[in-house]
Amino acid sequence: MKNYIKYLPLLAIGLLSCEPEFDDAIEENEVYTAGEADFSNYVSLGNSLTAGFADNALYIQGQQNSYPNIIAGQFALVGGGVFTQPLMADNLGGLLLNGMQIANNRLVLSTVSGSPAPTLIAGTPQTEITNKLSGPFNNMGVPGAKSFHLVAPGYGNVAGVELGQANPYFVRFSSSETTAILADAVAQNPSFFSLWIGNNDILGYATSGGTGEDQAGNLDPSTYGSTDITDPNVFGGVYTQLINELNANASGGVVYNIPNVTDIPFFTTVPNNALVLDAASAGSLTGFFQSVAGIFTQGLIQQGLPPTQAQALAAQYAITFNEGPNRFVIDVPVTQTNPLGFRQMQMGELLLLTINQGALAQGYGSVALSPAVLQVLGILQQGGTPTQEQAQLVLGAVNGIDDKDALDSGELNAISNARSSYNSTIQSLAEANGLAFVDADALLNRVGQGLSFPGGIITSDFVTGGAFSLDGVHLTPRGYALIANETLRVINQTYGSNLPEVNVGEYATITLSDNVD
Amino acid sequence: MKNFLISGMLLIFASASVYAGGYRVAAQGQRSLAMGHAGVGVVNSAEIAFFNPSGMVYLEDKFTVSAGVTGVFSNVKWQNTSTGQFAETQQGAGTPFYLHAAYKVNEWFSLGLSVTTPYGSSVEWEPDWAGSHLVNDINLAAIFIQPLVSIKLSEHFSIGGGPIFVTGDVNFNRNANRTLTDEQGNRSNITVDDTGVTNTGWSASFMFTPIEELRIGFNYRSEILLNAEGGEAVFSNFPNSTLTPQNGTTTFNATLPLPAELTLGFAYEPNEKWLFAFDYQRAFWDVYNSLDIEFGNPNVPTSINARNYKNASIYRFGAQYKATDNVTLRVGYYLDESPVQAGFFAPETPRNDGNGYTAGLSFQVSEKLAIDASFLYLRFQEVEASYDSYSENGQSVPFSGTYKSNAFLPGLGVTYKL
Repeated sequence: MKNYIKYLPLLAIGLLSCEPEFDDAIEENEVYTAGEADFSNYVSLGNSLTAGFADNALYIQGQQNSYPNIIAGQFALVGGGVFTQPLMADNLGGLLLNGMQIANNRLVLSTVSGSPAPTLIAGTPQTEITNKLSGPFNNMGVPGAKSFHLVAPGYGNVAGVELGQANPYFVRFSSSETTAILADAVAQNPSFFSLWIGNNDILGYATSGGTGEDQAGNLDPSTYGSTDITDPNVFGGVYTQLINELNANASGGVVYNIPNVTDIPFFTTVPNNALVLDAASAGSLTGFFQSVAGIFTQGLIQQGLPPTQAQALAAQYAITFNEGPNRFVIDVPVTQTNPLGFRQMQMGELLLLTINQGALAQGYGSVALSPAVLQVLGILQQGGTPTQEQAQLVLGAVNGIDDKDALDSGELNAISNARSSYNSTIQSLAEANGLAFVDADALLNRVGQGLSFPGGIITSDFVTGGAFSLDGVHLTPRGYALIANETLRVINQTYGSNLPEVNVGEYATITLSDNVD
Repeated sequence: MKNFLISGMLLIFASASVYAGGYRVAAQGQRSLAMGHAGVGVVNSAEIAFFNPSGMVYLEDKFTVSAGVTGVFSNVKWQNTSTGQFAETQQGAGTPFYLHAAYKVNEWFSLGLSVTTPYGSSVEWEPDWAGSHLVNDINLAAIFIQPLVSIKLSEHFSIGGGPIFVTGDVNFNRNANRTLTDEQGNRSNITVDDTGVTNTGWSASFMFTPIEELRIGFNYRSEILLNAEGGEAVFSNFPNSTLTPQNGTTTFNATLPLPAELTLGFAYEPNEKWLFAFDYQRAFWDVYNSLDIEFGNPNVPTSINARNYKNASIYRFGAQYKATDNVTLRVGYYLDESPVQAGFFAPETPRNDGNGYTAGLSFQVSEKLAIDASFLYLRFQEVEASYDSYSENGQSVPFSGTYKSNAFLPGLGVTYKL
């Protein structure tokens, strides 16, 4: 018996090696092909979207679900190499510069206040930007980067961070104080690249409510502020350089266009007609603005304007409100044709997610009615004539929405002009160079209408939609998975590969947590 | 008793192992196993106590014991060509064992005891694999203890049977759903664990010997429900949120059925050298409709896991050749129909129809002692399958892919007689 037993371990080893084999095994590279592309050294360039930024922060879990990391996982099925990322130190997000926190932690959906609300997760971040990571890294996505930043020397110089001349995220992994993102990418000699840049060239302006400048015509980006719109020619020049250098030795690449601001919940969550009134309130608001128009007419007449002209100019302020939803009143620059500098919002104009919604409920966007104002209104109602001081009180009660909280039609036009120009540059350079092209704008537009998948529907709705993270601008892992799938689809189309798409239902959306301060 | 129930539960959860239909592990005697696990008509050793207790009374020896253990080396691979994902189960050796004893009180009456592990399963996928919302790992084991009697009613006919005492253990872990994590990105998961779950059943059998060369056997083992009550359910890696279950321990209740099994077959011995056996087996798996795990914490909804098994047949063929006075050779084959229906193919029991190829031998060491060895290679066709009863947000989320599995079961035992 003993003699037999001693052979049992050998037998066991023999059995372990007899694994079942598929006819066509994914694991054995028997299912997919790379087509004409070489994915062995894939390098991704871009901004926060490429880095895997989400919930207003960069953190490990978000980076692991960045679209470049997701597609690199599929590339690995056809010879793709290891895809390295400059991972943050933790899942809190947030950045330290010499121990001082210079970027906030990430947002989580907390119920501490009683109702679910995006809230900063508690904790001290451990990512110190002066701790240089040794690269190179395949994912060169740098949150905050605009097109021209990718070619800017010194963008990763820690000394420039406090001056706003360098980027803390690139500081972490730049190869030197003088290098540029593109230079570090090209030095890796990528066999395949992705490039999604240009979003911040308009988004900085858009998320500031258009407080910056449209720099169309100014060809010197070193003079731009962070909330300015990049001149389309500057964008075109930089983009051409990026493609030329990245594509010089690569087997191919994929580029992405710039989505519309109306694809993003940051601009679509608070409707511009959220002023919901009952009949009585609508009537009194209408009455108030009639009073405003009346007072202003009187003022103009006193200043010597003919009554008909005065009435014509003041008539724009006699805004009528109806029972139900009404558009808010917005502040605009004072002009000759709009001397009081406010008007009702127009169709298509947008409010920002960051607007104080509590204030909206208290008259921000319509009228701040104080007892003194009500008293004046009473005088007017009884046919009395208010004093000039009292009249001013009424005009001053108009509480239009500030420029920083809204995108008006002029600002939207500036964004739209720049964006169409960028997008035509991107698409024509993609075509000219035979690159795969992802229409990210069209994709996010489809998400806005609802994309169904096994397990639900992905929409652009804030918090609940599944595609966008709690900052309303950046995507969730599931949103990034959608980008990755579209990328894989166009790569297959362009290069004749047959990479499989990932299952978006396996990618998470927002994080629930009451670990907040 | 509780242990047995738990084992049953494990089986339900994790029947990814490749032993026999569902979570039935057919390895209750090396001599039978070497002949396709056919044995309802084979009067050969104390193994008959399990296969057909009525046959014990036909054993020639006053007292005979058979004992053995089998190593189960099963492999399951899964891949999904539409997503590029693939996974395989970890190697783990299950060790079903048996101990059978028969004592001939007199010419027409025998007593017996059978201790076996006919149900069990052990499946371990890589943690957080693509099907982790269905199972990460499961371990189920049930031990049957059967005191038996056998009564010879005539030269041609005997009956037998007795009660079955079962004790089972179960341990089952899976992720809460496809995406939920804690703040650090660790997947939220639930482990249910119970040991010593007990219950009872019974078996009844007869043997008809129309001519000396032919024995016809019939055996029936009743259904046994393993009711895990008050087991331990551990919730781990849930985020700190009032919108999700809290981390910690609660209790759970669940029932795992061990289905009734009916076997009808014969053994034919044309001469001293040869024996041929055939068993037809029917396992009444339709009792396994759904695995419902009810948690003690009222805030956690009951987990309903449709199984919808169907009754399944197994066809067993075996032959034995007495090569020398000391060496007996055996071969066999069986076709094992899976009780799993289309759309209910869960990765805890990834079982399609299997083909079992068996061989073995006995070596008579002395007058009293023989060594029995057997080997089973269980082969499954590559199969495209899915489990469609998982849902999120009220929508069915099928888990599908291609499965390919096999199993090797080398076994060793002894037969001792007085």
